[in-house]
Amino acid sequence: MKTTVPIIAAFLSGFVMLLAFFFNPETSALGKLEPEVLSWVTIVGGFTLLLGVVSIVRVNYSSVKRKSSGWGYKLATLISIFAMAIPAIVPVRWSSLFGTGTGSIYDWLFNYIDSPMMSTMFAMLAFYIASAAFRAFRARSAEATLLLVTATLVMLWRVPMGEAFLSGIHPDIPDLINTYIMNGANMAVQRGIIIGAALGAAAMSLRIMLGIERTYMGK
Amino acid sequence: MTFQQFSLSNDVRNLASASRLGIFPIILLTILIFLIPAFSFAQADSDPSANSYFRADRINALIAMVLFSVVILIYTRWAKAGKDLFIRKINGLDEVEEAVGRATEMGRPVLFVPGIGEIDEIETIAGVSILGRVARITARYETPLLVPVRYPMVLAAGQEVVQQAYIEEGKADSYDKDIVRYVAGEQFAFTATVNGFMMRERPATNIYMGAFFAESLLLAETGNAAGSIQIAGTAQPAQLPFFIAACDYTLMGEELYAASAYLSREPLLLGGLKGQDWMKVLIIILIFLGIMLVSAGVSDWYLSMFESV
Repeated sequence: MKTTVPIIAAFLSGFVMLLAFFFNPETSALGKLEPEVLSWVTIVGGFTLLLGVVSIVRVNYSSVKRKSSGWGYKLATLISIFAMAIPAIVPVRWSSLFGTGTGSIYDWLFNYIDSPMMSTMFAMLAFYIASAAFRAFRARSAEATLLLVTATLVMLWRVPMGEAFLSGIHPDIPDLINTYIMNGANMAVQRGIIIGAALGAAAMSLRIMLGIERTYMGK
Repeated sequence: MTFQQFSLSNDVRNLASASRLGIFPIILLTILIFLIPAFSFAQADSDPSANSYFRADRINALIAMVLFSVVILIYTRWAKAGKDLFIRKINGLDEVEEAVGRATEMGRPVLFVPGIGEIDEIETIAGVSILGRVARITARYETPLLVPVRYPMVLAAGQEVVQQAYIEEGKADSYDKDIVRYVAGEQFAFTATVNGFMMRERPATNIYMGAFFAESLLLAETGNAAGSIQIAGTAQPAQLPFFIAACDYTLMGEELYAASAYLSREPLLLGGLKGQDWMKVLIIILIFLGIMLVSAGVSDWYLSMFESV
């Protein structure tokens, strides 16, 4: 029962979505099923959000209670959760500071703390790329040397100063890099990976729908 | 490129023998699926906006889907009949057990990140499937495992899979519900938490399997700086270079979806891989045919077969 019901649910959900793809949503009920099923997913997701809140509070609370390593960060996490959630849940009719509208506590925390922190994390990516590129581009073998040369050419082509430099050597070099490296070798390899991944995804979906693949249930 | 060695004559013989194993339901399903558009063509127009029930403009996708399904199912039947299937070596997956063993020897945890996608993404399902196999190994060696997730539905699925793995290894008492834990719904908040864990706890092994986006390099570089052995797998082409640069082993594209079959070695799952290979052969033939027709300047009818809306 514990296995059969999920398999039946997976088959029916998959089959409905599959059929919906081939039917016109303007004229047939089957075609309208796709957004309907997707809204069910959102509703189920809303219910499971409670599981997430329970998990995060339990894990962090027990760490703070035991004063385990890094418990200060966990305390900050707990305070942040409640500082964001409570003012957003309190009815806005009590005060304009509550709710999620413009000028609310939630809005202020989001715009002036949450959002800048996310941007900071994203900006750090530039430094991570530099350190990863340094390691990847070390010319230890013929393949790594080829990678180094190709990457240097592409990087030069991508920045205006580099493009001017390459054009100075020969005016056709930037176009050749675009044609043969980016739209040739790079595109061909990417498409090969995409086709392989798409077939793999389709095959896995089919295995799940037919109940052959049960590993996602721990079987 | 291929998972199996194949020989055309053998495969044709095996397909014939597979057909004797009872592929009647498959043929019936194929006929039924083809009947749906046949009915709708009675009133359909090639214009997608016409008042037809069936999307006649998607008939090419339907044919490809039916063909693909039939090939996969025939090979699954064939595998079920007990034929030996050769699978090429995937180094990243072979190293999983060794990497967990290393964590056990060092007395440090294993970190498994099933991507940052929702459970309705097939990459996440592939990641959760691999998690089950990894959890069995950590349960066997009693190695601490930590699985941070971004979505509550992935949390529920992950907890189920890990619990089942511990039960099957006879280590139900060692299972802790907080092995799989919800961390944050925001992409970079999730990344910051996982990076913080890597720097504080110094896991010996980091495994990233699933859908990754801009955070891929942030995670992999931090793991590299922490001195962990790292195995990654994703089907996102834009993230693969980052994982290749920062991880010890990387599963590319289809290898991620093949991982559950590879690790479990279940014949039914392996059969699907063989079917995939034949579809790749077909696609290669179609590409070469297209190249010849385009070069000859008579490709309009051919290209129109692959047009989508």
